[in-house]
Amino acid sequence: MKYLTLIWAALLRSKTRTVLTLMSVLAAFLLFGLLDSVRVAFNSGGSETNTNRLVVSSKLSITQMLPYSLLSRIESTPGVQETVYAAWFGGIYQDQKNFFPNFSVGPGYLDMYPEYVIDPAQVKAWNADRTGAIVGESLANKFGWKIGDTIPLQATIFPQRDGSNNWPLVLRGTFRLEDSKRKGEENQLIFHWKHFDEANLYVNGQVGWYIVKLDSMEQATGVAQAIDALSQNSSHETKTQTEQAFNQSFAKQFADVGLIVTGIMSAVFFTLLLLTGNTMAQTVRERIPELAVLKTLGFTNRAVLVLVLAESVLLILLGGVLGMLIANMIIPAFSSASGGIVALSSIPTQTWALGLALMTGIGLITGASPAMRAKRLNIVDALAGR
Amino acid sequence: MSSLVTIRQLTKTYHRGPEKIQVLRGIDLDISRGDFVAVMGPSGSGKTTLLNLIGGLDAPGGGEVEVDGQRIDQLKDGQLANWRNGHVGFVFQFYNLMPTLTAQKNVELPLLLTKLRSSQRKRNVEVTLQLVGLADRKSHRPNELSGGQQQRVAIARAIVSDPTLLICDEPTGDLDRHSAEEILDLLQILNREHGKTIIMVTHDPKAAEYANRTLHLDKGELMAHLDKGEKVDAPVASY
Ligand SMILES: Nc1ncnc2c1ncn2[C@@H]1O[C@H](COP(=O)(O)OP(=O)(O)OP(=O)(O)O)[C@@H](O)[C@H]1O
Ligand SMILES: [Mg+2]
Repeated sequence: MKYLTLIWAALLRSKTRTVLTLMSVLAAFLLFGLLDSVRVAFNSGGSETNTNRLVVSSKLSITQMLPYSLLSRIESTPGVQETVYAAWFGGIYQDQKNFFPNFSVGPGYLDMYPEYVIDPAQVKAWNADRTGAIVGESLANKFGWKIGDTIPLQATIFPQRDGSNNWPLVLRGTFRLEDSKRKGEENQLIFHWKHFDEANLYVNGQVGWYIVKLDSMEQATGVAQAIDALSQNSSHETKTQTEQAFNQSFAKQFADVGLIVTGIMSAVFFTLLLLTGNTMAQTVRERIPELAVLKTLGFTNRAVLVLVLAESVLLILLGGVLGMLIANMIIPAFSSASGGIVALSSIPTQTWALGLALMTGIGLITGASPAMRAKRLNIVDALAGR
Repeated sequence: MSSLVTIRQLTKTYHRGPEKIQVLRGIDLDISRGDFVAVMGPSGSGKTTLLNLIGGLDAPGGGEVEVDGQRIDQLKDGQLANWRNGHVGFVFQFYNLMPTLTAQKNVELPLLLTKLRSSQRKRNVEVTLQLVGLADRKSHRPNELSGGQQQRVAIARAIVSDPTLLICDEPTGDLDRHSAEEILDLLQILNREHGKTIIMVTHDPKAAEYANRTLHLDKGELMAHLDKGEKVDAPVASY
């Protein structure tokens, strides 16, 4: 601790340079904080809860649909308690940028998700209306929809039989989720698969995926294999996986965020390495006589090495933590601007941990070579300016 | 008086490419505890090199250097650093203070390596700054101080951990006559009233007069030991 003044003094030696370096570190970690939070949100699929649900989808691609006829065969697989199904609709409301997930669902869908809190009377009203829809509270609030309103959903993939893209749906109820981490799911709209199946021009008797509730999760592997065996060697082979795994692959359909984040951040951190590496090399070069004096006073070679390393790590930590704190502040706005794709209220712990590890790593790497130079410094030569 | 510094057959050779420069050619020297020794000689005669070897900043090519019973030529790098911290104080021509630290923090530097607690370090620094007459400038940075004041901060830094030996390489070389006299008075007080053993390199015969005796170095050899008041007309080659 007592050496902190010494490290501080070194950083304050050239204030302008330190501030400029801090700013670039700050900018890099601001970006990292945002992007990596998005990556974590995407990959967690919103759900980390221990549900006893499996999702059955096409082995080829999530966008590939499955025959409705598979339902009864899945239902009769041992270990399966209940089965429902859903089909992606991909409609838009007014504008492409108002993106939110919307899909049609079979009967019993809401029973499958007891964590979706909804008034039973609303469920009843929905079931009684062929063109009825249910949305999450966040979505209803966002567009100011009230129960009884007609939502003019526009098809992008599935037109009506008459060729029109208009799918007017009547709002019959709203649900909410207590788990703050899953608030993103409140951006969904669901309507009846029966209506979708009868009214759309292209597909008939097809569902997007089945959701299977098990008697117990311990049987998951066996049941998943049994279900996939049902369609083996057919034109519609299935892949049965846990809900979380499914959500991840579903998100990847839009973008492999992990890959994008890694790509962007590699470029950013590479630049940062060069920049701070150069700064550190320069500050040590300028401080050669001062470092020699420290050695004269009895600082060992190792102590001087540690001082320079600490200085480098501190510089990156300062800028980095500041950048991530700013990212933390703007994340809610960022999240709501994403239209529910990213549901985040703050930087996840995982991102903080990775960020701090990166800061320390970058600090050590950029400090390594100047620190070695400081360590090897010959007192007599340095004092004589040789 | 017992001998504090004992030097026997000390040599130092620098290699510059294929060329060998023999800077010190077998120095024998004894310095008693409480002595104040001036070292004079032409530029390049090896004065700084001699001081560096006595202060453990550099390793000799051959011979022995013993300070306060410790053969410092036999110490390893890390041990030598620790030894310097406890036993020698250095004062340089250009002060060599940390430009971003206040006078107080500069003087505290050697104490950071000791086990002293923060409050004790502060007290020692205060007392030392008082001793060099800079108590009122403790929060000033080097660029807010005159050359003479900066050198007094440097002296405070050199004596704050109460070293056995004070090594000064042209401490007045960069100062005007008046400031130089103040510094020399200060060194004399440290020597006479506080019992510090001082070795000082200088080009200024007036500065050397403050010392108890003057050594003359020429081409890496000691020419004569003179006690105060003696005068050298010519190098005593036979010595
Ligand atoms: N590290 C080194 N490498 C090569 N030559 C050196 C080195 N250090 C000192 N020398 C040479 O050794 C000789 C003595 O140097 P030193 O600094 O001891 O002289 P000095 O008496 O202190 O001179 P000055 O009065 O100019 O300070 C000089 O010729 C110098 O160039
Ligand atoms: Mg010299």
